[in-house]
Amino acid sequence: MSAKHHRVGDGPVIRRILIGLAVVLTALFLFMPLVVIFTQALAQGWAGYIGNILDEYTLHAIGLTLFVALLTVPLNTVFGVFLAWLVTRFSFPGRRLLATLIDIPFAVSPVVAGLLYLLLYGSNGWAGQWLGQYDVELMFAWPGIVMVTVFVTCPFVARELIPLMQQQGRDEEEAAVVLGASGWQLFRRVTLPNIRWALLYGVILTNARAVGEFGAVSVVSGSIRGETNTLPLHVELLYQDYNIVGAFTAASLLAGIALITLAVKTIVEWRQSRSEEF
Amino acid sequence: MTIEIDGINKSFGQFQALRDIDLAIPDGQLTALLGPSGSGKTTLLRSIAGLENPDRGRILFSGEDVTGLHVRERRVGFVFQHYALFRHMTVSENVAFGLKVMPRRERPSKREIRRRVRELLEMVQLDHLAGRYPAQLSGGQKQRIALARAMAKRPEILLLDEPFGALDAKVRKELRRWLRSLHDELHFTSVFVTHDQEEALELSDQVVVMRQGRVEQVDSPLALYSQPDSRFVFNFLGQVNALSGAISGGVLRQGEAWVRLPESCDDDDAELYLRPHEVRLTQEPSRDAHLPFRIEAINVIGAEVRVELRPDGWESEELWEVGITHSAFNARQPRRGDRCYAVPDVGHLFCDHLSEPKTLSWYESAG
Repeated sequence: MSAKHHRVGDGPVIRRILIGLAVVLTALFLFMPLVVIFTQALAQGWAGYIGNILDEYTLHAIGLTLFVALLTVPLNTVFGVFLAWLVTRFSFPGRRLLATLIDIPFAVSPVVAGLLYLLLYGSNGWAGQWLGQYDVELMFAWPGIVMVTVFVTCPFVARELIPLMQQQGRDEEEAAVVLGASGWQLFRRVTLPNIRWALLYGVILTNARAVGEFGAVSVVSGSIRGETNTLPLHVELLYQDYNIVGAFTAASLLAGIALITLAVKTIVEWRQSRSEEF
Repeated sequence: MTIEIDGINKSFGQFQALRDIDLAIPDGQLTALLGPSGSGKTTLLRSIAGLENPDRGRILFSGEDVTGLHVRERRVGFVFQHYALFRHMTVSENVAFGLKVMPRRERPSKREIRRRVRELLEMVQLDHLAGRYPAQLSGGQKQRIALARAMAKRPEILLLDEPFGALDAKVRKELRRWLRSLHDELHFTSVFVTHDQEEALELSDQVVVMRQGRVEQVDSPLALYSQPDSRFVFNFLGQVNALSGAISGGVLRQGEAWVRLPESCDDDDAELYLRPHEVRLTQEPSRDAHLPFRIEAINVIGAEVRVELRPDGWESEELWEVGITHSAFNARQPRRGDRCYAVPDVGHLFCDHLSEPKTLSWYESAG
């Protein structure tokens, strides 16, 4: 008798087929497109690549995208921590409902979200008309872009924190208060260190989505070149102009951000699992 | 510092955790809150600390009303059931926490804090672990660090929630003795919650037995064990052998079993409760008692041999248990299935028409 014993479902044939399938699919749908982006972007050589990046409108799109992320990420970090704290540390009527409502931006198509904001805050919407009297225009300008990006990315931090904070419980916080810690000391010295890796993870995801958001932003921005054009929108504009290399150059920047995000995410996950071992 | 609890009520939604609790906890003593789970003992402890706000009633420390005082201001030491050590801080950072978060004006200097932490760690005999993280400690070590942390601000009241619940039997015993000696040395007022009657009886000066949100009895451990006020307390504080039947003409009878009562009693339904050590095992019934049994099981492990008995010709809810010495066991060599009789020395009679139990003794009539 052979001494080799297999676990249930671990037949050698099935295993080889599944692994092979996973490799082929990953290559075809994930890796190949990434390679294409960079080869197309570099079709005119490095000089052409740099030249495309230094294009006036591309530079502006990069700037606007970073600006939106810079506003969105801190806002949603604070909001997410606040929300997670509220849901896990207090009991009040509607708590479960609130925990469910947090997921609305995940459930709703971003285009629908953009449309809702347009209808509400656009020059014909009721909030928009009122704001219009004071010469405040949110839509087709950067405030609108920030608003929809905040909406689309708001669940990420809270979603990361809620399960962790539920699992950690409030024992340590109670211990801190009994020992005389004020609300701020409690948060700063006990809560924050306990959630820091999950928080960072949420921030990374928020940032990745804020930089890459297309649907909601395209509805409210109006894609005015050099004014309200973000990097993802810029890719589409260049492509429609038949500037294939330019489009892929802009896309390669987004892909680069994605790769950096993945790297940081992996490091954070590794640190997180290590800190849990303690 | 004394603690007075004056008419405390607390509900969680539909569930009433505490009902009209009145209690005085004397200064400098170790008081146990004892009860089954759901009896409200932890809620009461957390109310004293200020971690729960009672719906009604007052809490006074040394005569001063602290009901409206925030947890932070009450200056009590609290040891949590699962220790609640700060997981990202070292042992010495954990112990120093209470001192470090004090307002700058009151806070001791860094050097003073370091000195105090070292002193506390020496007190709990764990100064060699100052740089470790909680996850690197054993349960008993965590418990002692939690205690050192709670003592850092020199509280006059120390509250402990199931302090030894999660520890194995040997460590538990050791820590119990150690806490007792620490308490005798430092004389703070301590209250601890436990569901382990042995722990309550061994460790405390005063035991508060709780049941369904009410205080059932408050007494010294000895008084509680020898003179329980109610069937519940009697049952909760250790093994009980019970004979329930009807009294008629001074004899309590059920089936083939009967006991002649040494004191006159009105005819009524009644239950006779006997502790294992208040009963002797014989080959023949005595003049005053006829309680036939078959031996169900014999357990020779421990200080004495425990014999489990099944009533023969009458009924009881649970098997009886009687302890005999190892020498008596060796002399007689009883075996499973043997017939024998129980003879009571002392018993506690709960008559349905009386609220207080009657303690009975057969010593004189036997002599």
